[in-house]
Order: sequence, then C-alpha cells, then structure tokens
Amino acid sequence: MKRLTHLERLEAESIHIMREVVAEATNPVMLYSMGKDSACMLRLARKAFYPAPPPFPLLHVDTTWKFRDMYAMRERMAREMGMDLIVHRNPEAQRLGINPFEHGSQVHTDLWKTQGLRQALDEHGFDAAFGGGRRDEEKSRAKERIFSFRTAQHAWDPKRQRPELWRLYNMRKHKGESIRVFPLSNWTELDVWQYIHRENIPVVPLYFAAERPVVLRDGAWIMVDDERMRLAPGEKPVSKRVRFRTLGCYPLTGAIESDAVDVGGIIEELLLATTSERQGRMIDHDGAASMEKKKQEGYF
Amino acid sequence: MTAAKPLVNGLSAYLAAQEKKDLLRFLTCGSVDDGKSTLIGRLLYESKALFEDQLAALAADSRKVGTRGDDVDFALLLDGLSAEREQGITIDVAYRFFSTDRRQFIVADTPGHEQYTRNMVTGASTADLAIILVDARKGVLVQTRRHSYIVALLGIRHIVLAINKMDLVDYAESTYAAIAADYRKFAGTIGLADVTAIPIAAVRGDNVVAPSPRTPWYRGPTLIQHLESVEVDQERLQQQAFRLPVQWVNRPNSDFRGFAGTIASGTIRPGQRIRVLPSAREATVQRIVTADGDLDEAIAAQSVTLVLADEIDVSRGDIIASTAALPQVADQFQATLVWMSEQPMLRGRSYLMKIGARTATATVMPLKYKINVNTLEHVAASSLELNEIGVVDFEIDRPIAFDPYLENRDTGGFILIDRITNDTVGAGMLRFALRRSQNLHLQALDLDKTAHASIKGQKPVVLWFTGLSGSGKSAIANVVERKLFAEGRHTYLLDGDNVRHGLTKDLGFTDADRVENIRRVAEVARLMADAGLIVLTAFISPFRNERRMARSLLPEGEFVEVFIDTPLAIAEARDPKGLYRKARRGELANFTGIDSPYEPPEGAEIRIDTAATSAEAAADTIIAYLRAKGKLDA
Repeated sequence: MKRLTHLERLEAESIHIMREVVAEATNPVMLYSMGKDSACMLRLARKAFYPAPPPFPLLHVDTTWKFRDMYAMRERMAREMGMDLIVHRNPEAQRLGINPFEHGSQVHTDLWKTQGLRQALDEHGFDAAFGGGRRDEEKSRAKERIFSFRTAQHAWDPKRQRPELWRLYNMRKHKGESIRVFPLSNWTELDVWQYIHRENIPVVPLYFAAERPVVLRDGAWIMVDDERMRLAPGEKPVSKRVRFRTLGCYPLTGAIESDAVDVGGIIEELLLATTSERQGRMIDHDGAASMEKKKQEGYF
Repeated sequence: MTAAKPLVNGLSAYLAAQEKKDLLRFLTCGSVDDGKSTLIGRLLYESKALFEDQLAALAADSRKVGTRGDDVDFALLLDGLSAEREQGITIDVAYRFFSTDRRQFIVADTPGHEQYTRNMVTGASTADLAIILVDARKGVLVQTRRHSYIVALLGIRHIVLAINKMDLVDYAESTYAAIAADYRKFAGTIGLADVTAIPIAAVRGDNVVAPSPRTPWYRGPTLIQHLESVEVDQERLQQQAFRLPVQWVNRPNSDFRGFAGTIASGTIRPGQRIRVLPSAREATVQRIVTADGDLDEAIAAQSVTLVLADEIDVSRGDIIASTAALPQVADQFQATLVWMSEQPMLRGRSYLMKIGARTATATVMPLKYKINVNTLEHVAASSLELNEIGVVDFEIDRPIAFDPYLENRDTGGFILIDRITNDTVGAGMLRFALRRSQNLHLQALDLDKTAHASIKGQKPVVLWFTGLSGSGKSAIANVVERKLFAEGRHTYLLDGDNVRHGLTKDLGFTDADRVENIRRVAEVARLMADAGLIVLTAFISPFRNERRMARSLLPEGEFVEVFIDTPLAIAEARDPKGLYRKARRGELANFTGIDSPYEPPEGAEIRIDTAATSAEAAADTIIAYLRAKGKLDA
C-alpha cells in the first residue's frame, strides 16, 4: 500500500485550508513577509489552485527596516508568481520616523506592524488573511486555531475562538469581522526546511551562513545591513560567519554563528540545535506572555 | 554554538530516511493528577523537541510557580495562555510536535475536567490513537470511563492505557495486571477492541522510550515503540470506497474545469467511473491534476484536482464517489451530537450544518435521549446543555450524501453553526438515515400553489405578527382579517386560542417548548400558504431564530414580518388578560418581558407603533402594504 509521508500529509492539509478560504471568504489576501514560512505558503498556494494562479493578492506590511535581501526577494517572487503585490507602510509611523533605535522594539512593532496591518486590512476590506504562523514557534501559539477570529477592531479574544473539528472550518462571520488563517499551523521549523529542500524553494540568502558585518547587542549578533544602523560610541562592526534562523527588521533580528551554507546544512544544524528559533527575536522577550499580549492587540 | 558533529550516515541518507517518515496524530486524556503533562513533557524531552532556552525558561518557571520543588515541572511547558496559567489548569486544546527516527507525531493535549468535553472531542476528531492515563494507585476511575467513551464515540480505534506512577506502587505486576484487566472489560462494552496497556513512570521515564529494568515482568512495547508502529487511520481509509467532497471548482479559463478537494477515502485512477451526489450524474475520470504533474493514482488524504471526461454539473459541496460503492443520500438522519455552546440546543430550532464542503440548514427533531457520560445511561431529555451528548434526529433542507461516521469521519462528521452568533455550537456524527426519508419522493402534485391561489384571486402570503403579550397583535390581526374577508379574500388567522388547544396542547412555556410551538405554527402556515391562503399568525414568537426559521420555509416575499412595537411598560399597563400581574407575583413562570427575553426583529417588513396608531389604522397600513406588493391581485 502507498503511504503518504508526513510532508505529504502536511502539504495536503495546507492546500485544503487554502481552498476552503477561497471558497468561503469574500476578499482573501496572503500576508507575505519574504521569510521561509512565506516561501512555503507561496508554493502551497500555487499547488492549491493550479493551473489557475492563486486567486488573491499578496500583502507586505512593510516597516522600511527589513534586510535589503528581503526586499529583493519580494520583487522577485511577485514577478515570478504573477500575483498582485500590495505594499503597505503605516503613514503615521512614516511621518513620525518610527525606528527601533529611538523608539524601542515595542513601539516600533506596534506602529509599523500591528497598526500597519490593521490599516491595510481595513483599507482593502480583506476579510481573510493567510499568515505563516506555526504552533511550534511559541508557547501561546500551541493553542492558536488555524482559523483565528478577530473582531471588527482586530482584537483576538481567546475565549471566543471556535472549536476546530475534523477538516471542518466554520468561516461565518459578521460584517467587519475578519479571520487570520494559518495554513502552516501544524508544521515545525524542521518540516519547513525539509519541504524547502524537497521542493527546491528559493529563500532569502540571509538564511545561509556567510561573512557578515555584525555587532553584539544583548547577547545577539545584529547585522549592520545599511548606513542607518546606529552604533554606540566605541562599537565597531566585526565580520562573523553567521546566518539567520528567522528574518524580521534587521536591527531587531539576531544572527547565529553557523557554517550552514545550504538547505542541507541548515537541516543538519537543526537536528543538533540546542536553542529554539524565536530566541533571536528580540520582541518575544518583552515581558511575560508577551506574544499572547501582542496577539490580543492585533499583532499577527 | 558548538561545532556540528557530522551525522552518522551522512546528510543525504538522513534526508532520504526523513522522506519515508509518516505522521501519527494522537490525543492524551487524563487529568493533571494523572501526570499527563509530565508525560507529554517527557516525550518532548526524550525526542529532543525541547531546546536549551525552553528548558532554561522552564527551569526558571518551575522554581517560581512549579509544584515539584526544584525538579523541572513539565506541566508548565504546556500551559500556554496566561489566564490558564493563573488558574493552574489547561482549558483548551494545545498541539505539540515531536518526531523519532521512524515517525512524526502531533499530540493534541486536552484537559481532563468534566466541563471540558468540548475540548476533548475537538482533539479526538483528528486523532488516530488515544493515550488514556490512569494513576496506578487509583486504577480505572469514572473519568477514565468518560474519556474512553468520548474516544470511542469519535471513532478512535487504537487505545494506549498508560498506567502511570508505577514508581509509587513499587512497580508491582499485580497492580498493573488488575488495572489492565479491569479496563479491558469496560473497553469491550463500548467497542474499543485494540487496547495496549503499558506500565510507565513518566516522571522517571520508565517504559516511555527504553524498556525499564524495574519492570522485568513486562514484555510488551514501550510507549514510543508502540506509537512508532501502530497503524495510522489513513491506511484503513485507503481501502474503503472512493469519496471526494468537492471543495472548489477550478475554472481558470474555458478550456479547463477541475474539481478540487481532499480525498476522504479510497483511491482513484484516470479511467475510473464516478458518480456525483446528490445529483446522481455519472462520468469518467480523465486526469488527476497537480502542480507537480498528472498522477496515475491518488489516495485518501491527498488534496487533488479531478478533471472529468464528461461535461456534467458539479459544484462545491457535492461528493464524487466510486460507482462501485455509493454513499447514502437522505434528508433526515439520526446523529450523536456533542453540544458545545452555553446556549442550549432546542428541539425545533434550525442551525447551519457544515458537512464536508456542504452547508445546509438542519432542524432539530425530537431529542431521542441524552447520554450520561459517567454511567453511559440513556436519559430522557428535551434539550442539550453545554458539554452534553445526545442522540438526535435531524431534518435537512435538501438531500445530502453521507456515510456513517464510524466508517468515514469526513463524510459522516458535521458541525452545527448558530445562525445569529455564527458560533460553532455542536459537533455531530451521523449514524444512519431515517427510513422515512430514504424512501422520500416528493409527490408531484397536479395542482400547485399558484393554481390554488389564482382561483381565489390573490397571492399566498404569511403575515407574521410578533410582539409582547398585550401589544395588540391579535386585535390588529383580527381587524386585518375582517377587512380582507369583507373584500372577498380567503384568509385564516392562527393564534394562541385555536392552536394551543389542539396542535400544540402538549407544549408548555419553556424555551424549548416555545421553539417547538413556533415550528409547528410555521409549518401549518406554510401548508396554508400552499393552499393559496392569506395566513395571519399572532404569536409572541420572542426568538429571532424561530422567526428566521419560519421565514426560511417560504419563498422570498411570501413571509411578511409585522412587528407590533409596544413598549413593555404600555403592554404591562394594558394587561388585558391580567397575565403581567400574575407574572409579577411569581405565579407565572417564563413570561416574556418579565423572566423570559423578547428579541425584537431587526428587519421586519412592517413596524406598527401602537402608541401612535389605532388598530384600524394599523390594519389599513398592513393591507396597503399587501396591495402595493401585488398580493391582492389574481
């Protein structure tokens, strides 16, 4: 008897979820962040609707502080996928010149990402948004539903989430309410890399080890990606062989020292890894249950 | 980080081995006291799914709020949400991931407390196997039976009875054997055939991964060995008849029309004959399309797109089935239902039913009985409360294709959705079609509704009056009927006086009875509209849901909701039958406006403000509406 592998099962489940959203939502969108999870989602979207192109646009909620390599990947993928790409930058954050150095990671993330995402969803009237979140990322995400309901104010109420049974997803909602959908909920970091390996999916080169100019801050290697990086008096970038396990705003994303120069090397490294992937994310350490708090405020 | 050690067999061999791994989803049932969280923590730890930073955070948490002194409290790892952490219990379903060299695992961690049946049912719905934990000192408890019953109900075929805390009973074989025998006896009575009993001590890791030297008398598999080798449900489904619930019709251009969905059971190959249900049209499969190229064969759990050789009509919600073994088609069923809402399930109320990719309207017929999950006794009941389980008959607004749930979860499992809150309020498992509906063929009548109405020189319509007791519904409806009668119209007025003495005399005034009362009235009104009459109904009909149900029975435009809008203070001051006074004195329970709610209409066609309008003027307004809508023309 033929057996489906775990990657085939996960792939089928994600495709099922995406088709369900397209069948029932009025105006879906896929959030695209150029990371490895986004890369997998894009590939899955292509498979779900083939030979039709994915019947929704991509939305990037930009902070203007992503790595340059990420912007390059964004333009390349929009071109190759033949999908519409919407880039939203919170005009208020832009006007105030919000940045991680002066305003700190909390304010930076809230204005650019949380508020920016709300604005973009409201402006375009999207009622369902795909995101690349996974349950294995963080403790509070283990209980997150695949279909996560948000009020008209984009708030997440842990008590009002719907039970998800079998492959049945209740997508009914009132006017103004929206749904965040996580097709990769049941994937792990290792699954994502194995899938990237199996499918030969292009990813941002920052995931692979290379000599990069970095400074050590709060125990994390921060890359000096452009001239906007502010150095403390006496602080001097050093060249280190590093790579990134997750990608975000470059001043807030810590690199790890690594020799993994390709996907195979990353998988090998993951098998021997002793720290979880979100360790490099400075925003997770903002306080007890911080991710959960952000979610209630409308962070993805 | 430290320098990477080279992998033993090299990376490509490792990746190839990974490719062959399959996936097992399982559920853990038990209470905090049984050591459930400790067991899951142990599995994650042993399979190296816990990282240093997580362990460090855990160790810090353990010292702060843990219950195990200086030892690492694995339970804390699993309590995600801060609100739950404060309560010290998990109150939701959490999913955990780990893998061994042979398999990948997804664990649904659900709490064991009685009030959270809902969560256990949710976790069990996608699981292939359940681990039932018992404390070796306590043996099989009421909750063990309850968990086992739910697991059996949800169709899980493989059970691990993990007899935990063996360290606290000196690893005594006799304790293990007695509990295992006790449990097997019970499991047999609820249809659980495959039970593997394993003696463990999750705290110390005995028989979790490696065989424990402290239980030399035990020769069975360790927990991990068993989890790595048990058959996944997908293998069973693959051997069943082909079913594909159509999720989405893929039509990028006029040259391509594909039917996309996830295969619920069986296998399919190009050239195979299929039938589309419920339309019963047949066709041949031409291609199985995927982005990676066409397939020669597709199997259960794969998401595919089928192209048919014949042009037939297929839409979302249909089931594509093998012609060799067809699903049943019916519009009345018996199902086991788990209620998940704080609002009780009421007989006669209609809900949205989602089954496969189909959403239909399902009306609850009489509840057969509910099941006491602790004793498994059948208890007579007229409603289901949160976390209760019952056996219910349903009527659906159209025939649908299905299989009994225990054969196929995807074509026999459904959820119920409240039409107003949109919440998921119930989870159901179809058992069988009611015989009366299987043989149901609507009689094509020679004389239809139009014929009945046109001979009377009018169009059928239902004027549905709603409002508080004493609002003036009956008074106004009477005037309307009298005026229409004077014009030579054919009318009939249904109100409490002519209905409560016969049609609904077995019903009282509880919420459940009110719902059933309105259901019957609505059905009678529909029949009368079929006969071409202008029907007037004058009932408080306090719930939006039931008025919506009544509306759904009739074609667009034939249901006219007339809201007799009288404030409670005025209605109570009028009190024509002295009922408000009685209710205020507590002599009348469940009186609308006093101790039972009235939900005012949101989209009534006609609203009458009785403070400003006489009954005569109100009747004229209503008749003018009918005339404007052409209801009084032939």
